[in-house]
Amino acid sequence: MSGKRLVVLSINGRDVEVPARPTDTLLDTLREGLGLTGAKRGCNQGLCGACSVLLDGRTFRSCLSLTLNCTDRAILTVEGLANGNELDPVQEAFVASGAIQCGYCMPGMVLAARALLDENPHPEVDAIREAIGGNLCRCSGYTKIVEAIRMMGHS
Amino acid sequence: MGERLHGLGERLPRREAREKIAGRAQYLDDIVRPGMLHAAYLLSTIPHGRIVSCDATEAAAMPGVHAVLTGDDFPRLGGGAISDMPCLARGKVRYVGEPVAVAAAEDLATAQAAVRAMKIGYEELPAVLTIEEALADGAPQLHDDLDAYEKSSLIEYGGNVVSYQEMVEGDVDSAWDECDVVLESEFTTHSQYHQAIEPTGAIAEFDSAGKVTVWSTTQSVFRVQAEVSALLDIPMSQIRAIAPRIGGTFGGKGGAHLQPVAVELARRTGRPVKIVLSRSEDMMMMIRRHPARIRIKTGAMNDGALVAREAEVLLEGGAYCSESPAVLGAALLKARGPYNIPNVRVFGRAVYTNKSRAGGFRGFGNPQITFATESQVDEIAARLGIDPFEIRIRNAMHVGDKWLGGQTIEACGMTECIERVRDAARRRPRPVASVPGKRRGLGVACLAHVCGFLSTSAAVRLLEDGTVTVATGAVDSGQGADTALAQICAAALDVPVDRVNYVNPDTDASPYNWSTSGSRVTYMTGRAVAGAAERVKEQIFEHAADMMECAREDLELRPGGRVGIAGVPEKELPFIAISKRAHWAVGGPIMGHFSLMYDGERFDPKRALIRGFPFSNLGTYVFGAQAVEVEVDEVTGQISVVQAWSAHDVGRAINPLAVEGQIQGAFAQGIGYALTEEMVWDEATLINPTLMDYKVPTAFDVPYPIDPIVVEDPEPSGPFGAKGIGEPGIVGVAPAIANAVADATGIRLRDLPMTSERMLHALIGRETKGDGV
Repeated sequence: MSGKRLVVLSINGRDVEVPARPTDTLLDTLREGLGLTGAKRGCNQGLCGACSVLLDGRTFRSCLSLTLNCTDRAILTVEGLANGNELDPVQEAFVASGAIQCGYCMPGMVLAARALLDENPHPEVDAIREAIGGNLCRCSGYTKIVEAIRMMGHS
Repeated sequence: MGERLHGLGERLPRREAREKIAGRAQYLDDIVRPGMLHAAYLLSTIPHGRIVSCDATEAAAMPGVHAVLTGDDFPRLGGGAISDMPCLARGKVRYVGEPVAVAAAEDLATAQAAVRAMKIGYEELPAVLTIEEALADGAPQLHDDLDAYEKSSLIEYGGNVVSYQEMVEGDVDSAWDECDVVLESEFTTHSQYHQAIEPTGAIAEFDSAGKVTVWSTTQSVFRVQAEVSALLDIPMSQIRAIAPRIGGTFGGKGGAHLQPVAVELARRTGRPVKIVLSRSEDMMMMIRRHPARIRIKTGAMNDGALVAREAEVLLEGGAYCSESPAVLGAALLKARGPYNIPNVRVFGRAVYTNKSRAGGFRGFGNPQITFATESQVDEIAARLGIDPFEIRIRNAMHVGDKWLGGQTIEACGMTECIERVRDAARRRPRPVASVPGKRRGLGVACLAHVCGFLSTSAAVRLLEDGTVTVATGAVDSGQGADTALAQICAAALDVPVDRVNYVNPDTDASPYNWSTSGSRVTYMTGRAVAGAAERVKEQIFEHAADMMECAREDLELRPGGRVGIAGVPEKELPFIAISKRAHWAVGGPIMGHFSLMYDGERFDPKRALIRGFPFSNLGTYVFGAQAVEVEVDEVTGQISVVQAWSAHDVGRAINPLAVEGQIQGAFAQGIGYALTEEMVWDEATLINPTLMDYKVPTAFDVPYPIDPIVVEDPEPSGPFGAKGIGEPGIVGVAPAIANAVADATGIRLRDLPMTSERMLHALIGRETKGDGV
């Protein structure tokens, strides 16, 4: 249980020092160690996508990786997506299109969308579905989420 | 007025959308309290047995462990219409996964280690796992003390039967002979898991005066308050229940379950205690959709007129009553469908089994019964050579018709819904296979659901600056109730929505609401908000008449928070002037309260013979029609939904963006129900309690777009004509898909879910037998 040691993580553009046990996942460290509760624990088995963060720009399940393995990576959590009160354009698109219902999947979903758009600024429907295919949403039926991401591609 | 009121029909994003998308919304598991302990459950490993010994010595002595509790610490029973359920198993366990003990410790790992160290001795008893086993002669009884339990006087029960219900109208027995065609079939449906992305959780913390605060994932802070009070014998005045942001419910977070356990642990330890279930615990312990075995018999004339319907419904209810009687009643009440069938007999039983509880889940019995009835309507249409849309239009209900049981329909867009999905579907060419080995088909299903039930209330206050605060007890599960209720308040006072504050439900401050259940918040709580706002308006008018020295009858509300003299544009006062006067000079602050109980027409005992129903009215009816185009892969058996149209008469769409979201989300959940989602047991053990093995639809598994068609036929009793749309969108999806599969392949699937395996077997069977199955 014990054996915490200090590790340095690059999170949202800043190096932060945080105590972590060898058994802690990145999700544990984000939520409990750093109070970054945007990433959600939906299944803790890497299956729902609610814990997604970007690791070096790629969508990544924070519940599946040990914190100690993430020390040399650039981690972006949902908290780092907005600039203060100014949301990222893809976040604004999610708001405007009515894609957000309960919101529990949204931090992971919007990061998956961001990663897609960074790689492919004008994705078509199938590319969008593929990019968010690992992020479960139980509320929306996905239509308005896909619309939000398409809206970005057409703007 | 004439022009549109502020708020009404505005396509507004949710009020809390920005905090949610920024990751700043606070859900239950995001809350940390100083000194908070974490709790873990020990779950039963056997389906049925007596607890003969329980040794917690080692667990309690572990460093970091603060309390270990068992059923002996919770003497009271709670639950549904029958109070049959302990907080932790007492004397007996009744399903694999039933909570037997709980430990609170400094961290979750220690709590889990503590319960693992407990030694529970069981004397195993024979288990009943199916409806048939539950009803068999000499079946083991789950509840030896069933007669002694407290229960609703309306329930007819006995043995392993939780509820028997029956309703008869007309004379079904003599009607069969007159029919040109009579079909009778059996349908089976399975268990679906709610799978809100947020698992269930609770936190409890006592203050130094002995009052406890309970945060929890819930559909009703007032049910939490009442049930914690009843189960732990704490006065309600000493319990404060709060809902943080809720990560989806779909019916799965209704009653109090973890909350009393968290409260008792907090009481014993003097520390705040958090319980959050793992995904697997959530699947094993919490409720699920009732599996059903349904026999349907329908008689029709050659012109397509439906004249007789018999339905027998058997529901597998799990180890405790939960909402089984209400689900059964709700299902039976929909068994005639939205059609004028003069001769009807519906009856059924819900039974106890040694499985986790079945309970409320979006649709509440309706997806099960409608799968059966709407499949059979299609078979009758095929037999008579009538178009499936046409047979539904010929039989559809209209305003003034009576629902089964006698309730008069006051507003009904049924026919328009059918026509709209038909026209949308037929704008596409007749489905043809995209490639060899695939077949396409089109299917439709109609549905009706209810919104209403029980009581609610609202309080509207005019603040000093003329802006508004509205408080209700309605928890927003994510569906957008907060926004819709603020819009109703804005419309009633004709002020911009951003000048209306909505108070998050908190039993210390919010007016009572029964629950965010039954598609009822917009309709019921919306009525309360409109009523409370009307009372504020009356007081505003009193002040204005006084201040402008005119008669109240001459006053009119003007957009943007003003009141003026009709016909005299320059004579008006802003709300701020009135509210300042009320706060500082005359009358005191302006506030309006409104309470109501669902007051719809009750069952008519002169029209129908009624036995055992746990309610005498349920709600106002909401109509819809859903159509799909499917593609069936003849090699793999996979069924894909490639197009989806979903038309719903919502009375009036307060927020069309949110209405569409409900329709689309429910449709996707319906696709999961129809095709891939199934809780599977090996004997008594749930073998797929993970999202790896329980297949929830992803973005790939649902069509894009799901086309929502909003029909507006205002409901006279609704707020601005609105009705509820939380549940209806799931109801007709499975039968629409089954009907499309029949259209594509000629094969009628009567068992859910329609997995690839089942489809493939049916396709192989057709080839070898040369006909359908």
